[in-house]
Formats: sequence, structure tokens, C-alpha cells
Amino acid sequence: MANCIVNYGFSSFILFVWMAINIFLFVWFYFFYDLGPQFFYTRHILGSALAWARAPAAVLNFNCMLILLPVCRNLLSLLRGSFVRCSRTMRKQLDKNLTFHKLVAYMIALMTAVHTIAHLFNLERYNNSRQGVYDELSTALSDLADTENTTYLNPIRITNLIPTYFGFTSIAGLTGVVITLALILIITSSMEVIRRSYFEVFWYTHHLFIIFFAGLVFHGAGFLSTWMYVIGPMVIYICERLVRFTHISPAATSTLFIVMRPSKVLELQLIKNGFKMEVGQYVFVNCPAISQLEWHPFTMTSAPEEDFFSIHIRSAGDWTDKLIDIMKKVPEGAEGPKLGVDGPFGTASEDVFDYEVSMLIGAGIGVTPFASILKSIWYKFKDSDPKLRTRKIYFYWLCRETHAFEWFADLLQVLEKEMEERGMGDFLTYKLYLTGWDQSHATHVMVHFDKDTDVVTGLKQKTHYGRPIWDKEFEQVRKENPTSIVGTFLCGPEALGKVLEKKCAKYSDVDPRKTRFYFNKENF
Amino acid sequence: MGKIEWAMWANEQALASGLILLTGGIVGVAGQFRGWQFAAYAVAAGVFVCLLEYPRSKRAKGTSVERTGQYCFTVCVKAFGPLTRNYYVRAFLHAAICVPGGFMLATVLGCVCLGIASLIYLAAAIRGEHWEPILPRKEIRKPVGESIKNPPQNPPPRPPPEMRRKQAGDLEKSAYDNPMSVTDDE
Repeated sequence: MANCIVNYGFSSFILFVWMAINIFLFVWFYFFYDLGPQFFYTRHILGSALAWARAPAAVLNFNCMLILLPVCRNLLSLLRGSFVRCSRTMRKQLDKNLTFHKLVAYMIALMTAVHTIAHLFNLERYNNSRQGVYDELSTALSDLADTENTTYLNPIRITNLIPTYFGFTSIAGLTGVVITLALILIITSSMEVIRRSYFEVFWYTHHLFIIFFAGLVFHGAGFLSTWMYVIGPMVIYICERLVRFTHISPAATSTLFIVMRPSKVLELQLIKNGFKMEVGQYVFVNCPAISQLEWHPFTMTSAPEEDFFSIHIRSAGDWTDKLIDIMKKVPEGAEGPKLGVDGPFGTASEDVFDYEVSMLIGAGIGVTPFASILKSIWYKFKDSDPKLRTRKIYFYWLCRETHAFEWFADLLQVLEKEMEERGMGDFLTYKLYLTGWDQSHATHVMVHFDKDTDVVTGLKQKTHYGRPIWDKEFEQVRKENPTSIVGTFLCGPEALGKVLEKKCAKYSDVDPRKTRFYFNKENF
Repeated sequence: MGKIEWAMWANEQALASGLILLTGGIVGVAGQFRGWQFAAYAVAAGVFVCLLEYPRSKRAKGTSVERTGQYCFTVCVKAFGPLTRNYYVRAFLHAAICVPGGFMLATVLGCVCLGIASLIYLAAAIRGEHWEPILPRKEIRKPVGESIKNPPQNPPPRPPPEMRRKQAGDLEKSAYDNPMSVTDDE
């Protein structure tokens, strides 16, 4: 329980505040419309459905305001920058932006459902009142028209229409149907299955949010002045996208080197004017030759100390396949197609040098942010950078097949040599895990057991087979660092993240003088 | 967008439409709205669509993720053979089902959503996709080699007993020369 507070305390607090605001808005507006005397006669016609429609509307205003903010990456980067002197916990919050975005989206969907159902009742009751189905008072109230002394109460002015007609001819009705439709399409294309497999469908359909917000402003005009809520975030988001289009034009970036790596991995070394990066950051890349509109995120694998920046791109879908194809056909020494680069955007890996002890876990291609970190370490070592607070790094690389090691093996070999020369062999402890081994691997290893270097990677550190036993690893780290704060960084699958989160909580001590594990997770 | 299996998105959209149709229908019936008969129809249609769309199809490429507890539904849907396998049939079926929903405001949203799902299914059918059931894989054990059942009946051949008895005095004669090297120096 105490460990939970250490690791999850701040997230829970933010969620609690958000939920509290939602509940407050709902209840406040519900009673405003249900008890307010100015709605007495409307309530006679509509009953409690009036309040049931207006309360979720208020919650919707609030959440539609919030939903754009977690995906304004430039804004978040700005906030992260300004939080440099603040505590770790504040910056960790910003990493959970996508989770928050999804949570707000679920709330919007739920409130839309309640709001729509309540309005269905409203329309039915208005229509029936107009046609005299209910009592005399309702009919009389509905008859009130827009004249010099009175204004109408019942928005349905004609006596012989059906609710559907009114729904589609009034501004509120038509915009309501359109934006709900947009919302449904956005949600169905954002389901995990679709998003992970066909990113383009998800990305393009998600742009229906433009229709959603445009319709929303008209839909909420007058009643709750929706525009007041959403205008701020809309402006911020528009600025965000403008930043992408203007200062990241393809003309600004030039390709220095194109290297094809095994396992269908492409390395691109790029230069851009005025580009400054930190370790573990990512950029969005656009290739107009493939698609004008698509921007895909990639973590940078170079260190800030180098005068270019590099990305490793793995074949994982339409866009990446086409890019690798195009790059393969570029002749030696030629320029290659123009690329637009937006960023860099910061994620958790920037924090790695702030921790005394760091555990870095990368699965497969998830090792890329850590490639950047290890290279940076190497440079900092060479320059004996005093800003380096880290005393010890534990690096775990989990990979399925051996080919993928090659492009990284060079780096590790250089580091190994460097560390031995400087007598700092225990600064970096790394363990490599081959999770896709089979009988032939095992036989090969058995035969070459006595050799000094590992048969797979050529490194001094032997490759382990199968998955790591995390309990043992955490025990070892805790034993070797009894009084430190250990930052755990993962770039890999969700399932592993959950396991590590639990282990961090399990092995952390509430006592601030003893070992404490903080968990940070990258996700795209 | 070459590699997309449109049917996957159509499936999500159709399932969502089924739920929306069902909800709209329940509201229409519970509130005794004008035209509640259409709402009653929508309840039935919604349930039918949900049952039909709940089992996910097996993907042509890549790993398929099942929905929880979809196995029984898979078996039922599979039983209809080509009717459920073919996406043209599904597209027209959904288009036909959604029409009565358009006559009442409570169900009109479900109607439009199902119509869109029908269009996506049509796109999927044109691209040649079809529904495949996800069935649990039966483990095929490698057949054990025949020779394991017939162990050798006779001991290996040995030289005659006189030669096997070690002559204590005569070391030369009792030494046994190996035809192949048995040390690992080579």
C-alpha cells in the first residue's frame, strides 16, 4: 500500500481532481435546471429530461476543452522544459498524456450517450405537447409564440411534424447528429486492434475531430456558450499544427548518410539547422514523396554531442516499407528524397542522468532511446562531464532474433573497450537476453562455451537466453545500491511495463534513506 | 493504404452500430415514443447485429486477437457457411437492416452508423476479403521415429573371449587398438 503511494500517488491525485470536477459540474447543472424557477414551465413539458440533458452538456464542455491539450506535444515539451527545476513527479505526469486523452475521450462518449438519450425524450415530449397529446397546460405553453409580449417556450412551432424532421432541420439537432457520428467513427477507428495494425486509418479518421469541434461550437451556441470553453485549446492546437507545417519544411533538413541494417532496419543520419536535441527524444518525420500528410514518430538514436542526428527505422507498415524501398534505391553518395522533421519532443529518457542509479530496459526496437543514452554516456565520459550525476547504469536488452543485434553491437563493443581502458568496468552493467532461441542456438552455444567472447555478439558479456527473472535482477540492484533512488526506464510492450511497475512497487522502500525504484515508461 | 483489412474496421463499426441501434430501440420502447414499433424492431435488429459481429475474423496476415468468450459465437456464425463468410452478403444485409431504423429519431443514429459499416464491408468484399473463424489450434505432435519402438535385440559384436581376457604379463598383446580416435585432441 505504501509502495503504491510512492509510485502512483500523483497520478491518482490528478485523476481524483478531474473526476471531482466532472461530478461537481454534473450535479451543479443538474440542480440548476431541475430546481431553477426560470425553467418551471419548461420542466412542466419536459420533466427531468431537461436537467438530464443539460448536466452532461456541461461535463461535455469541460472535457472537450481538455481533450486537445494532452496531444499538444510542443506545449508539453515547453512545460517539461520549464519543469526542469521542479520535482520528478511533475514531469512524470506529462508522460501519461495519452492515457489521459483516452480517459477524457471515454468520458465524452459516455456523456454524449446520456445527453443524446435525454434529448430524445425532450424532443418527443415537445412534439407531443405541441400536438396536444398531454394536458391543457402543456398545450397552452406550447402555443406561446414569438410576439411583442411573449417569446416561445416550445421550440417546435409547427403542429404536424415528426421529431426526426425537427432533429434534422434545427441547427442544434443537425449539428448534434453530425458530431455524434464523427465521434463514433473516431472511436471505432481508434480501437487498439485498428490502431496497432493500420495506423493510417486511425490517423486519418481521427482528423474528423475537426468536424467535431466545428459542429460543437454551433451545437452549443447560446445554451452553455461552448465556444468559450473550447476556443482556447482549439487555438493552441492550431498553433501546434502550424508549427509543424511552417518551421519544419522539408527544405530545412538534409540527409547525410543512409545505411541499411540487417533485419530490415534503416538508419538515417540527418542534419538540420538550429536543431538541438537531448537524450532519448523523438521526432516526427514526414516524407512528401510517400505521403504529404503523414507524420510518423521515431526516437533518435544519436547523442546530443554529435553534430548530426540519426534515426533507426524498422519495417513495420506501409509507410516505413515504402521509405526503406526508396532509400534502398538511392545511389551511393546521392541526396535521397526530401524529409520533413518536426521536433524534438521530449519523453522520460531525459531524466536518466538525474538518477544516481538507472535501470534501462529495452525490448527489440525499443532499445532506440537507450542507444542515444549509451552514446551520450560515452561522450560524457570522454569529456569527463561533471553534470553526470549517474554513478551506475544497468542495461537490459531483450530481443527475439540475433540479426537485430548487429547494428547495436558496434556501439557496445566500443563502450566495452572504452570502459576497460579507463578502469570503469562497473559503471555500466549490461545483460542481453535472446528470447527467441531454439535448439540450434543452444547447441551452438554449448559447443563454443569456453570462448572468451560471446558467440552471438562478439562481446565479453555473455548473452542470456530466455526472459530475465526480474525478481532476481531487482534484488541484485537493491543489494548493490542500498541507499539510492533507482530510476527504471522501459521502452517495450505493455505487458512488460505492468510487470516492471509491480516490481518497482514491490522492491521500493517507503523509508527515503533506503532504495526506492521509480518507474518511467515510453510509449508511442 | 495497401495492407489494410477493411473488414476489421467494418467489424468494429458494425458492432458499435448494433449497440447504438439497440440502445435507441430500448429508449424508444421504454419512452413509448411515437413510432415505437420501429424501436422494437431496432432492439431485435441491434441484438442480431451484435451477435453476428461479435466474433472477430481471423486475419489474413498477422496475429488475430479474439474478443473475450467469442468461441461460442464463432461456432454459431460459422454454421451459416457462405452466408456469413461472404462480405457482400453482410454488406447488403446490414444495408437492408438499417433502413427501418431511419424512420424514428431514436434509431436514426444506429441506422446511419450501420449504413457506414455496410459501406466499409462492401469495400472489404470488393478487395476480396472474407470471414474466417478463429479456432483453437490443435497441437500436432511430431511423430516419434519408428526406430524407438524397436531397440536392438543383440549386443554389439565383440572379439572372441580369448582375446578379451587381459593377459597380465603381456601388455602389448592385451592392449586394444581403437579404430577411431577417442580423445578430443584432434
